[in-house]
Amino acid sequence: MSALGEQAVRTGPDLAGRRRREARRRQLNVIGGRVLVAVVILGGWELGARATVIDRFFWSQPSDIAATLWRWFTEGTDLGPLWLQVLVTMEETVGGFVVGSVFGVIFGVVLGRNRLLSDVLGPYIKGANAIPRVVVGALFAVSLGLDIKAKIATAAVLVFFVVFFNAFQGVREVDRNLIANARILGADDRRLTTEIIIPSALSWIVASLHTSFGLALVGAVVGELFGATEGIGELIYLSKNLFDTAGVFAGMALLAATALVAEALITALEDRLIRWRPPVATETRI
Amino acid sequence: MTPAIELRGVTKRFLAPSGGIYTALRDLNFEVEPGEFCAVVGPTGCGKSTTLALISGLEPPSEGEVEVFGQSVGGIAEGIGYVFQSDAVFPWKTVLENVAAGPRYRGVSNRDARERARDWITRVGLAGFEDRYPYQLSGGMRKRVALAQSLINGPRILLMDEPFSALDVQTRTLMENELLNLWSATSASVVFVTHDLEEAISLSDRVFVITAGPGTVKSTYKVDLPRPRNVAEIRFQPRFVEIYEEIWKDLRDEVLVSYERQKRGAA
Repeated sequence: MSALGEQAVRTGPDLAGRRRREARRRQLNVIGGRVLVAVVILGGWELGARATVIDRFFWSQPSDIAATLWRWFTEGTDLGPLWLQVLVTMEETVGGFVVGSVFGVIFGVVLGRNRLLSDVLGPYIKGANAIPRVVVGALFAVSLGLDIKAKIATAAVLVFFVVFFNAFQGVREVDRNLIANARILGADDRRLTTEIIIPSALSWIVASLHTSFGLALVGAVVGELFGATEGIGELIYLSKNLFDTAGVFAGMALLAATALVAEALITALEDRLIRWRPPVATETRI
Repeated sequence: MTPAIELRGVTKRFLAPSGGIYTALRDLNFEVEPGEFCAVVGPTGCGKSTTLALISGLEPPSEGEVEVFGQSVGGIAEGIGYVFQSDAVFPWKTVLENVAAGPRYRGVSNRDARERARDWITRVGLAGFEDRYPYQLSGGMRKRVALAQSLINGPRILLMDEPFSALDVQTRTLMENELLNLWSATSASVVFVTHDLEEAISLSDRVFVITAGPGTVKSTYKVDLPRPRNVAEIRFQPRFVEIYEEIWKDLRDEVLVSYERQKRGAA
């Protein structure tokens, strides 16, 4: 019995060391695996294109795409410097994201708190949500013109519904005990909203921001496709018209990179806003 | 002397989700004196929690009169503290912010509220934990936060709804003693709802036995055990055992009725 105890004590620090080594090895495996996936896909694509299994004209090839990106980066695009195109699309995306989120949260909280209003407006909101909303991009291109306003509006509409439904649900799911407690402690209606209902709904709202940033990007790019003078979407549109598939893929790569950066920023924001939540195991996150 | 709490002929009905009417309490009468510690015991589903909701003003009675210090209750009553059965501390606030919430809601400046909160956090033995979030605390510590959160407002009436039922036995005894200590420094009346007769007797001056639902007061017992009490030891006193046996005879029938009903409901 005591021998067993001693052994457990002796293996204690050793065990911790082994855990750390295992974790490090796992980390390396993950990174190695990611590189492997990239090599297989891009290498297969490149080889397939060179062996003419894949038609280069329609599907391009990684080396061409890389060359296009490099040319855009060093010499600029047909629309002007590359950074400007990225900046324009980012402006539209972030603008639409912010406008859509703010309106989504406001409407979600107000309708979540007001049963009558939500019953009256419910069918209209559901109906509007059922429309494939990117088509409003066409409307805004006509009514708001070719500049940034139309793209922000399109992105905002896409973002609004996602954030709205999450905020609404979040408000409805607030623990009734917490509301009762706050009322007993003396909270008035305003305090109840700002100190109990919004913080409680925040985990729902922030969760929706991950999806909705992607949608904002969709809105901005679709807005550019409907008519624009600059931006990544316009770059893609232009490349398409020139049958330059490498250009289309290069634009897509830019969009993917932008989205990944934004995703990281939102995760950081989430951790800041919801510090009070027990940390989630890192493995469950993608 | 006006009683601290008076319920006269109180009936409470709820609209059941199925559309029927469910009577939780029927013709309930009781009085609690200022500074008195009362326990309410009864079988599951007898409307114990509903009683507290009525006294606090969270729910209006369907019939009858609820008075707190001679004032008819309409809406949230003044000077009430409420410790809930489940965790009702705010998970997005730190311990300090949780305890300071009451004074802030009542118009005390942020700085003063925090100062008073620090004092109360020390009193409930949580000094050093001011900046923790509830998820970082144990169940017993969260109950301490809930106690400080209620007591900081200097309630004249403290309502407690099975506050310690989720704690393990040792922590529970500790918290019961803690509660008696904190309470003895105030002049608050307490209504303590529990299904645990031992807990009820060791804490209170008077025990109300409620019938199986719809609940009404079946009988009232005075607990003439001396104070200050040590909850961990009081149950070995012969007088405690006597009182326990006396009340249990009464309570047993109600528990059986409730149990039979549940079995029939499940069958």
